[in-house]
Amino acid sequence: MRRLPPCVVSLLLLLSAATVHAQPVAGPAKAKASTPEIPFESVSNFFKLPAGTYMGEGVGVATNSKGHVFVYTRSGETRLFEFDQNGAFVKEFGVGSYGFSFAHAVRVDKDDNVWAVDEGTNVIQKFSPDGKLLMVLGKRPDPLEQLTLMPGGGQYSGANKPYSFHRETDIGWDPQGNIFVTDGYGDSRVVKYDRNGVFIKSVGTRGNGTLQFSTPHAMAVDAKGNVYVADRGNNRIVVLDNDLNQKAVYDTVGSPWAVCITNTPHQYLFSSNSFPTGNNFDQAPMTGEVYKMELDGTVLGRFGKAGHGFKEFSSIHQMECRTPDELYVAEITAWRVQKIKLRPTTSTASSK
Amino acid sequence: MKKALLLLFALGVAVRGQSIPELTYDTNADMIQLPAFGEVAGVATNSKGHLFVYARTGHGVATLGDERTFYHNGSRIFQFDQNGRFVKEIGQGVYAVNFAQQIRIDPQDNVWIVDAGSNQVVKFDADGRFQLVLGRKPENIGVRPGPGVPASGGMPAEAAAGGRGGEGGRGAPGGGAGGRGAPGAGLNGDAFSRPSDVAWDRAGNIYVADGFGTNNRIAKFTKDGDFLKTWGHTGSGPGEFNQIRGLASDAAGNLYAADAGNKRVQVFDGEGTFKSQITAVGTPQAICVSGGATQYLYASNSNEPESMDRGEIYKVKLTGEVVGRFGRAGKLPKQFGMVNSIDCRTENDLWVGEVWNWRAQRVTLKR
Repeated sequence: MRRLPPCVVSLLLLLSAATVHAQPVAGPAKAKASTPEIPFESVSNFFKLPAGTYMGEGVGVATNSKGHVFVYTRSGETRLFEFDQNGAFVKEFGVGSYGFSFAHAVRVDKDDNVWAVDEGTNVIQKFSPDGKLLMVLGKRPDPLEQLTLMPGGGQYSGANKPYSFHRETDIGWDPQGNIFVTDGYGDSRVVKYDRNGVFIKSVGTRGNGTLQFSTPHAMAVDAKGNVYVADRGNNRIVVLDNDLNQKAVYDTVGSPWAVCITNTPHQYLFSSNSFPTGNNFDQAPMTGEVYKMELDGTVLGRFGKAGHGFKEFSSIHQMECRTPDELYVAEITAWRVQKIKLRPTTSTASSK
Repeated sequence: MKKALLLLFALGVAVRGQSIPELTYDTNADMIQLPAFGEVAGVATNSKGHLFVYARTGHGVATLGDERTFYHNGSRIFQFDQNGRFVKEIGQGVYAVNFAQQIRIDPQDNVWIVDAGSNQVVKFDADGRFQLVLGRKPENIGVRPGPGVPASGGMPAEAAAGGRGGEGGRGAPGGGAGGRGAPGAGLNGDAFSRPSDVAWDRAGNIYVADGFGTNNRIAKFTKDGDFLKTWGHTGSGPGEFNQIRGLASDAAGNLYAADAGNKRVQVFDGEGTFKSQITAVGTPQAICVSGGATQYLYASNSNEPESMDRGEIYKVKLTGEVVGRFGRAGKLPKQFGMVNSIDCRTENDLWVGEVWNWRAQRVTLKR
């Protein structure tokens, strides 16, 4: 074998790393110079796809005994088209099949059955001429067994960038229109922007001290511009002033998954000690209720408990409370939103 | 002593399989045409004879460029009438419809799916509307460090373990680690790990076979979905499991669990008390209990993906006595390829769903 110059070798390595198909061309074919050229034509626009249907990479082609042409293409989805001998579109095989993900070859056997070889799913499908599935060779791997190879959930990084978030959780506004964002799982902070989206400041690192958070999961801003942060992992609501200085901590209402503040002259704060989503029913007796509070942290009352039924709460993730007596709660594990009407109690009535 | 000898004798013939009668049967492999081809994981009929198919079709999708790479799509639910004509699809785009495992119809004709990708059980009414959701899909698949962070850093232990750290972060769902001590016992709740089947008793209590992942238990819920109890963990003794692949109940409320890895069907009462086991049926995977005055258990000794051995289906009296067997593994009509589901509303008219052959066959047993 001829020794290759080093640059060609490194190119070879590069290419072999990038793709297993492509082979670098070292020079013209030996027979090229001594072989006469054969004249030929190409039929232009032979295949007529229906409007709105497009070819992708042309990967497989085969004909049957009638001259019909089968085209196997890698497009948005891998697809198998049939055209007649004049190039008119006839039909598509196996729309939405489990066995089409990355086309490799199509062949037609002596009985005009159509065989599609798919290198993505590791499956070969045998179709009858009319598109019925006759046989499957190979088995698509169990996707769950491959999940550990996938990238997945963003973790805490504490990157604290002015203009990018890491699994941010909530947003609120003060009366001047300044924007507050709790951010979130991948950071542990509260970010303030002006009404035009210009970064002003951010506070917070991960932890349980002053101006520290463990998954700031929700937020509400009162009419004075104070920010109430649901510091879920620390089982507390942290109150910040408008410049994000820490003012107070309310730690008697469980783990706040969701908070909201009413849009009424006398504002109330609601906080949900949600049933956690780990599906551990041992935690159901300790969680699930929603607290009604004064903005100063005074607890006025509570309602609800964990459960699947109506009037029970199955992991409340967000609450809306425009008025004190009518709330909407969105639940993760029951796949629903409930509309809640609170009947006024003596204590809440007197505090009005 | 005589009893023990008899038992030994029974086991001996079961292992040789020679004196188990071959049942005559016929199939129709062409009765339904799937609107989208794929592995038929679940088949079930309702009281009108309509057939519901839960199939793995298209692809599970993981979105690129997200912090939350999660599992969507991957399976579909199709309904056919008693003549095999396609009626409609239900559950289009539903969050839990990812990796079809089983479908069952309860006595009120509600449609229940068991999904081993989302780890969920979802109940639809006969018109395809949500009735109940059990379990929760993992928020993300796999793990990776955040941008610019080494793989070892950042993740606090409490979040990594799940718990209250976040509604995400539960890397490996279920498992004995957060459970009740014994490996595979799972949590007191509906944190399923590749659940495989669902069954009910007369009161409507729900039993979930959980499953063929890290849990090896059966979880019981009220008809409203509230947790009642769980039993079982990983092992080979009575009440222990090694991959539960199927679950069925009889009219008396007994439960039959296809304990595949231990090559037996375990029988429990509705409180989880072990009653007996059936061991002469190979590696039971799909199982069902027939309707009718005299109920029978069918259990499929399904082939493995790399083999064309086995594949026969056993017909068993509820006392455990094997009545007969039929079929074998293969790709032709009348043969069975990785049967994952059997519907046996009546004793002699069955549907089988095949993962290998991507089809549902109507099976008629001859008397």
